[in-house]
Amino acid sequence: MPDTVIYVENLGKRYLLKHQRPERYVALRDVIAKGAKSLLRQLNPFSPRPFHPAAPNYEEFWALKEVSFEVKQGDRVGIIGRNGAGKSTLLKILSRITEPTTGRIAIRGRVASLLEVGTGFHSELTGRENIFLNGAILGMTKAEIKRKFDEIVAFAEVEKFLDTPVKHYSSGMYVRLAFAVAAHLEPEILIVDEVLAVGDAQFQKKCLGKMEDVAKNEGRTVLFVSHNMGTITQLCTKGIYLSQGKLVGLGDINAVVLQYLTSDAENTAYKQLYSLEQIKQLNKIVFFREVAIANHEGEHSSEVDVRYPFYINLSYEVRKTVKNVELTIHILTSDGRPVFTTLQSDCDPDSFGIRHPGCYQASVQVPGMFLMPGSYLLKLAAHEPMVQMYDYHENTIMFRVNETGTKLAKYQRHDHIGVVMIDLPWKIK
Amino acid sequence: MRSSPKEFIIEAGRSESQYWKDLWHYRELFYFLSWRDILVRYKQTAIGIAWALIRPFLTMVVFTIVFGTLANLPSEGAPYPILVFAAMLPWQFFANALSECSNSLIINANLISKIYFPRLIIPASAVIVSFVDFLISGMILLGLMAYYNFIPDWRILTLPLFILIAFAAAIGTGLWLAALNVQYRDFRYIVPFIVQFGLYISPVGFSSSIVPEQWRLLYSLNPMVGVIDGFRWAILGGRTQIDWAGFLLSNTLVLLVLVSGIWYFRRMERTFADVI
Repeated sequence: MPDTVIYVENLGKRYLLKHQRPERYVALRDVIAKGAKSLLRQLNPFSPRPFHPAAPNYEEFWALKEVSFEVKQGDRVGIIGRNGAGKSTLLKILSRITEPTTGRIAIRGRVASLLEVGTGFHSELTGRENIFLNGAILGMTKAEIKRKFDEIVAFAEVEKFLDTPVKHYSSGMYVRLAFAVAAHLEPEILIVDEVLAVGDAQFQKKCLGKMEDVAKNEGRTVLFVSHNMGTITQLCTKGIYLSQGKLVGLGDINAVVLQYLTSDAENTAYKQLYSLEQIKQLNKIVFFREVAIANHEGEHSSEVDVRYPFYINLSYEVRKTVKNVELTIHILTSDGRPVFTTLQSDCDPDSFGIRHPGCYQASVQVPGMFLMPGSYLLKLAAHEPMVQMYDYHENTIMFRVNETGTKLAKYQRHDHIGVVMIDLPWKIK
Repeated sequence: MRSSPKEFIIEAGRSESQYWKDLWHYRELFYFLSWRDILVRYKQTAIGIAWALIRPFLTMVVFTIVFGTLANLPSEGAPYPILVFAAMLPWQFFANALSECSNSLIINANLISKIYFPRLIIPASAVIVSFVDFLISGMILLGLMAYYNFIPDWRILTLPLFILIAFAAAIGTGLWLAALNVQYRDFRYIVPFIVQFGLYISPVGFSSSIVPEQWRLLYSLNPMVGVIDGFRWAILGGRTQIDWAGFLLSNTLVLLVLVSGIWYFRRMERTFADVI
């Protein structure tokens, strides 16, 4: 297969977790003390024998296990998964920072990885010096950096401060400069961790544009990790979905993103958030028990008619007298962008007072002809504002707003028209 | 874009074969890291590079007074300040390189956990920085020679060889300590002690000739003894003798430390990103 540039076979990475020592590094003192202790124990016939002499306080943890996939020339691959799913470990192995425990990877072409913006920047050095240093760290040659120097400076918009130490830069300038260097890398394969989540919105847009440019017009292969599904679907063509170190989804990006988002959101209109068993043991002061979507006739249904209002019903339990409990419902598009958030105190500031133990029910009406046809996700949170989070549920329920022969019927797709609809009066002179 | 990019393989324990090629490939990074450390070293200091002159100079003055004037130790026929300084140069180089080297990986932890490159570059570039200081303080020696009207003979030409041995000693020990420091942070405290202790058991303030004969071999187990005696022999010319048996022993040890240092560093290197 000549066009396969990355071939990953049965990749695994094992870490040994130490249970007694939370520190990341070992102190020699502990090693010696431990050695002496175990020696004493062996010499002393009266000391209790450890139950499993061979089982130390190590636990194996597979950050990645049996991962196999291939990436073709020019593919733009989005890697998604929850925190701790193994995304960063995969990128670290691909960029050779750490070695795999099992498996094999074949890579064809020069790899540059961007796991952090501004790696190796030194705050005492000037912008100019840092461009050279960072360029070299990212794998550019001196000649290459010289050739691109003006381009980098222009992209970062820091011309005036080139000879100022970067410790005097604003954080925005710092990030801009750092990204500018990285954006001018010319590897055949680019590996990018979630680094676009920095900088102001305008610069983010510029970076994204640059990334798209690199990927689409120059035909490079890009591997990209992000939690922002909007960015991922915009930028990538293929997706890899990792869950607990295993590959669970692979293929077209939209399909994989949908799989990811709906993996624990059930496409049912009603969901119990905790089982009765869990509720007994639950150590929460305020928590949600059920959530449901009901149509305009009051029946549970995850399929909603765009013309009519529908209801979000939820029940929650309060175990101790609390005050200032705020409940929020977030509605998100199926690729994870928030549409709106509604708070319990929005229309009724009095609801914010003292709440006594017991079970409560709440119902929110969402008007008809408001959400554009498509799939949506529901996120719930109960908290005391700025103080503490009581309970939080992501991707609880997924529901679909269906087009039912309204004026929207003339459109083939609705996602590029908007996420909400509104009729505004046009004044024409 | 190159037309036929080469394929490389990532596998457990595979990095071995590509390592030395990579080291060459990343030579520019080595150059940039050294350059960065040199630039940063004296930034925001009022007298900057003069520190590289003041420290060895003052130490030399104190040693000359204590060992030369008060203790009245023999000076092998050369002016005592030159005797001290010929040893001070390699010792300061070794001591600085050792401390910089052993901390270098920890200081650059963010690089190690975010970017791939042969890790050997970091401690090596730390030694280079100390070497620059070494060259600068070398000017003091020239100044002293001019002041005492002291002219070295042909042996001064062998000095680069001894500088090389000093390099090997610094890098070898530095690699051991750098790799150990990643795993056991205790070495942060051990290194200043080694440096302080080493100053007394190395012939910096005095000449090796005052060490009694029966202790000579034991004394030569210190790798810096060979280096310093070599420096004196090259700089002071015929006025000083070198104990060749001890010198050979010292240098064999230097070689052993260098080879084992590289071996240990290479063995630990692949886990650096996971434990640092």
